[in-house]
Amino acid sequence: MKRLPVLALLLWVCAVYFVGIYLFVGGFLLVRLEVNRTSSCGDVLEPGEEPGDFCRSPPRFSRLVLLIVDALKIDFARFDPGNTAPRPYENKLPVLGETVTSRPLQSRLYPFRADPPTTTMQRIKGFTTGSLPTFVDVGNNFASSAILEDNLIHQLGQVGKRVVFMGDDTWENLFPKKFYRSLPFPSFNVKDLHTVDNGILQHLYSTMVGKDWDVLVAHFLGVDHCGHRFGPDHPAMADKLTQMNGVISSVIDRLENDTLLVVMGDHGMTDTGDHGGESQKETDAAIFLYSPSPIFPGSPSQTEPDVVPQTDLVPTLALLLGIPIPYSSVGQVLLPLFPPHGQKGAAGGISQLEALWINAKQVNRFLDTYSSMARDIPPESLRQLRAHFSRLSSEYLAAVRDGRSPSAKLNSSLQLYLTSVRDTCRATWARFNHVKMAAGLAILALACLMCFVLSELSQALIREGGVGPKAPVLVALMSAAAAAAAQLLARGSVEAAWCLAAGALGSELLFLWRARRLNTPTASKNGGKAPKAAGWLTPRQLLAAPLLVWLLRCAALLSDCYVIGEGRVVTFLLFSLAIYVPVRLNWDGLLLPPSHDPLKSAGLLPAPAVPAATVRKEGHTLLACLGLLVGSLYLSLSFHACREEQGSCQPSPFLSPLSRLQSSQLKNLHYVLSVASLGMWAFLLRRCLCHYGNLNSSGGTVFAARWILPLLSVCLGLHWAVSATPDDSFRNLSELIGLAHVALPRAAFCLLALGLALIWLDPLTVFVKARAAASARSLTLPPPRYRASTGISPQAELHHLIPQIYQRMRRCLDDDAGGGGEPGGGGEADNRPAVEAYGLGTVYSAPTLLFCGLLGLGLLLLHPEGMALSFLLLLLEMGSLLHIHASSTLPITHAFPFCSWSGGFAVPWTPVVLWSLAAAQFFHATGHLPTFPSIQWSAAFVGFPDGHTGTILPASLVTLNTFASHILFAVGCPLLLFWPLVREVRGGRAGRACGEEGEDAVMEMRLRENPQQFSAALLQLSTRYLFINGAQVFASVCAAAILRRHLMVWKVFAPKLMFEASGFLVSSVFLLIGVTLVLRVDVAVSSWFKRLVPDASR
Amino acid sequence: MWDHEIKAMASTHAIIASSVFMATVLPAVLVPGFSVYGAHLLWLYSVSGAVTVVSVAVFWLLGITPPTKKHTLGYKLSRVVRSCLYFFLSCLFFHTVVVLYGAPLIESALETFSLSVLLTSLTTLRCLCVLGPNVQAWIRVFSRHGAMSVWDTCLQITVACTLVGAWLGAFPIPLDWDRPWQVWPVSCSLGAMIGYLTGLVAAPAWIHYHRKQLTYKCK
Repeated sequence: MKRLPVLALLLWVCAVYFVGIYLFVGGFLLVRLEVNRTSSCGDVLEPGEEPGDFCRSPPRFSRLVLLIVDALKIDFARFDPGNTAPRPYENKLPVLGETVTSRPLQSRLYPFRADPPTTTMQRIKGFTTGSLPTFVDVGNNFASSAILEDNLIHQLGQVGKRVVFMGDDTWENLFPKKFYRSLPFPSFNVKDLHTVDNGILQHLYSTMVGKDWDVLVAHFLGVDHCGHRFGPDHPAMADKLTQMNGVISSVIDRLENDTLLVVMGDHGMTDTGDHGGESQKETDAAIFLYSPSPIFPGSPSQTEPDVVPQTDLVPTLALLLGIPIPYSSVGQVLLPLFPPHGQKGAAGGISQLEALWINAKQVNRFLDTYSSMARDIPPESLRQLRAHFSRLSSEYLAAVRDGRSPSAKLNSSLQLYLTSVRDTCRATWARFNHVKMAAGLAILALACLMCFVLSELSQALIREGGVGPKAPVLVALMSAAAAAAAQLLARGSVEAAWCLAAGALGSELLFLWRARRLNTPTASKNGGKAPKAAGWLTPRQLLAAPLLVWLLRCAALLSDCYVIGEGRVVTFLLFSLAIYVPVRLNWDGLLLPPSHDPLKSAGLLPAPAVPAATVRKEGHTLLACLGLLVGSLYLSLSFHACREEQGSCQPSPFLSPLSRLQSSQLKNLHYVLSVASLGMWAFLLRRCLCHYGNLNSSGGTVFAARWILPLLSVCLGLHWAVSATPDDSFRNLSELIGLAHVALPRAAFCLLALGLALIWLDPLTVFVKARAAASARSLTLPPPRYRASTGISPQAELHHLIPQIYQRMRRCLDDDAGGGGEPGGGGEADNRPAVEAYGLGTVYSAPTLLFCGLLGLGLLLLHPEGMALSFLLLLLEMGSLLHIHASSTLPITHAFPFCSWSGGFAVPWTPVVLWSLAAAQFFHATGHLPTFPSIQWSAAFVGFPDGHTGTILPASLVTLNTFASHILFAVGCPLLLFWPLVREVRGGRAGRACGEEGEDAVMEMRLRENPQQFSAALLQLSTRYLFINGAQVFASVCAAAILRRHLMVWKVFAPKLMFEASGFLVSSVFLLIGVTLVLRVDVAVSSWFKRLVPDASR
Repeated sequence: MWDHEIKAMASTHAIIASSVFMATVLPAVLVPGFSVYGAHLLWLYSVSGAVTVVSVAVFWLLGITPPTKKHTLGYKLSRVVRSCLYFFLSCLFFHTVVVLYGAPLIESALETFSLSVLLTSLTTLRCLCVLGPNVQAWIRVFSRHGAMSVWDTCLQITVACTLVGAWLGAFPIPLDWDRPWQVWPVSCSLGAMIGYLTGLVAAPAWIHYHRKQLTYKCK
């Protein structure tokens, strides 16, 4: 069999997928490191000669009212008196325009440009930290949404200002316990236009009149919700804006002289009322500044900024209120609010130049810190910025030392420096890279197509041996080198992503081109196969039930509601497809034996190709397994966790660890249930291995099955017991318990590693008995029919009674000695040399199954105890899926006799789709959800209760926990290929009725006899699995790309994309491990045969 | 080839479809405040009842029901009793399947059961009418070579359409559109009804267009 080409092809396919995902994610998910330092009043900003404490100087304003009107677009805020027929959103805020014209010294209205992503949470983060938040802000604490970076609210609290908040409850999550007083209102229901606003209005005026506040933040949501619900061009928007107009004018009436009023929108909206993207309609909000006392030097002049970037609010407010600028702010002070140099305003405060200087020093400090932590800012521009700053600082310091008034040029060059810093940061953090996204999409789409072609052509590929991975890899290297060279020529630097992209694309195109050429000659050579090979994508084939279900699954990833309800959607689809299997079999007349109608047996029908007994037996097995499958599907629904979007949903009680349960009775019940299902898991595995006679030899795998499996279960059970003990009981044993906390899981990890290594090193589970005399004879005789030596040979039972009796005796002896097990049969039929091989029939599947089982126990260790039940359901469902697959293919293979095994061992689409759906289903049924808050962080502390020093170990533990079901189903994927052969024992017995004397039940030895078809089938199975999973990734990538403006993109689609992509990564890695294990077994089997029959080895 | 049967089938289906129509319109006239969404259970029962009565009557009049072997009253009575039993069992079966598909187990059990009554009266009842209370025959009909007459083919088509319609009807339920027809089980029963009506139209049409290819083994 061709081992290396199969593995290399799979590796290459996976690599191409990874490149596609990497490219898209690189363009879509913007990553930034969080700098967890905070500014303080005593900071000395380098270079500075004055150790000034700028909190102490009297601030320009002592109080601030910040009114945030969500989605207040600049178009809403402008007032045009000439507009006689205003649209519902125009001219509805006259108070802003009138104030600006009537009191130019006190007020301004500017367009206020937000940075994408324009979603409310990111924007609140943006205008309080002064930074450019990205989707993934890599901070210390992934699990909570609280802002850890330095921000305005924190700084206000530091200097003792009383911050009162009311409105959108997002703030409460972002700044927990930071407010002096807080009145949050639920923001989740987009259809609710009034709850938040009316809640604020009830308290706003009374709070303003009272004196117990310094900063008042009110966040109105009505306008935004109105936009989402009706769009801006709707009478409801007019009502809402008119209401806001009233609010603003009443607030203006109640202001006092030392108070600054800021009215602003956090983002705009498109014509349909959505936001999230980066079009100007979404980014351009409005900001209105007002103070009862004059703050501006004059009426609006030419020097006024056209647009105020959103980051600029932070330094401006900080300096106006006399607090330090937050550490990570990259904003620039809003100059018109500060008096020009030399003319200090009556109310005090700092001049324009001083403000700019402080601002520039702070930004420079941040840039230094950030660039020492992360490398994502291009070094070239970093160097330029540093040079710029040092030039400016020497200029400024010289001017101050000389005491002369600095030129206006210094002012503008400081401004230029700040702008260029912000632009550099923005280019790094806050822009979708559309080219990268498109390239990723294209590579993924081609990879899916390639995977499909590969799975359809696997037979031809293996037969011809023409398309190895060598040529594509060569082309990939060449095109990558070409891309690198082109980049070097064009830009002078090389970005690895583009080289990867070029390589992947080149190899894909080459493969597809060669596959086309490969396809045409095969089609013409054997005409019979031509329509089959040519018609990959006929609509009829696409509409077949498995692919239809799979298409529905992919389409479901494009709608937020279906993503939110994914657990149920997948279960629904799985159930539908499972029911389809017997219906389809019945349609083909293979489910139930044909009724013995006298009319029919008169010869109108051809004699049934399949013996009735087989059909009946398989039909019954199938129905029983379907029942089991449906039962476990239904029960698995009770292990789901809840998303916050699902309103009336109770998370499964099994999800909380035992130590959290209060009632001891309930605790005991849960513990007993978990341990029982753990025992059941181990028992079922052993029973299965035993049944096929795989526990008789003394190899490593058998050792693992005999001893490590039970020991591991015992370790797990004890670990659960220890971790469930409350802290205060057993005080005198606390040391022992502490030790057990560490030792038991670590012992389990070691046992697991040992078991897996043993399986890897010695995967054979074959027990050979060869009598000395017989084997001596065998050298002279023709090679032994090892085929006869698997399964209980029916011929032996019928024709050779005496050997059979002998065998029985031996079997009894074995049972006593080795713990039972059905012997793999005896080879004494026809007086052939005696080689008895027990368990040869399941030589491939036994190690895979055991590997899966051990791995499952290891993964269970990382889960809460209650999940043991769910894992048991997983095992049962796996088994029933395998049996359903076997039972539904067996009658078909019977219909075409074994000898003409033309179809190969190909696994049809239905079981593969079922398998991948089951993986997704148990992702949910083990209490996981595709959202970041639902990641089970406690998995990182199993066996390491005191935390870790590195990040790799906890990260891999959490990954193993999160994708447990993906891992198990991926490793177990080759079982789909083996199971129909394993189940053949019984079929073989009944199949003898056909009168094929020479054929015995040879189970998996059939694979060894057709090594080419074995490789082809293995390749086909893995590429099909990869295709299905990869297409799901493609669908969720499409969802993220198409719906990047959607309200839910950062809440639903982007996390889903991350989970789908990482799930695919993990699945493909473990699929490769599973395939490699099978190949390893094949190597071992080959060498075994070589030892056994030196002259007849293949 | 099958012209006579096709005509009979088309008129039967027209009668059944009009009975569905009447069962929707009559309560709207008689019961104040009736609407298909608002008083959904009432609509379900009126439609199921109408379809049941009309199908039984029409098929009995047409004489499609398989000939009974014995003509004793007791035998006929036992057939009727068995039919009723199967009807009820089929309701339970559909109820179980729908619950397994994800319908709430306890909360709206009445609604779920009403849906299963509707599904039974659209599918099982027809099996009962055409094939009699004989589960073996029902299973046999749904195989490639299982249809023994035009009516069996028609049965295949209508039943498949109804079930697929109900299955498709479940799709809009998770969406957040807040429409009255998204409430359980409105969309599923509407889907089943639409599927059934489609089947009523499609079956004679399909058979008419394929009448040359249709051959039945024993009849």
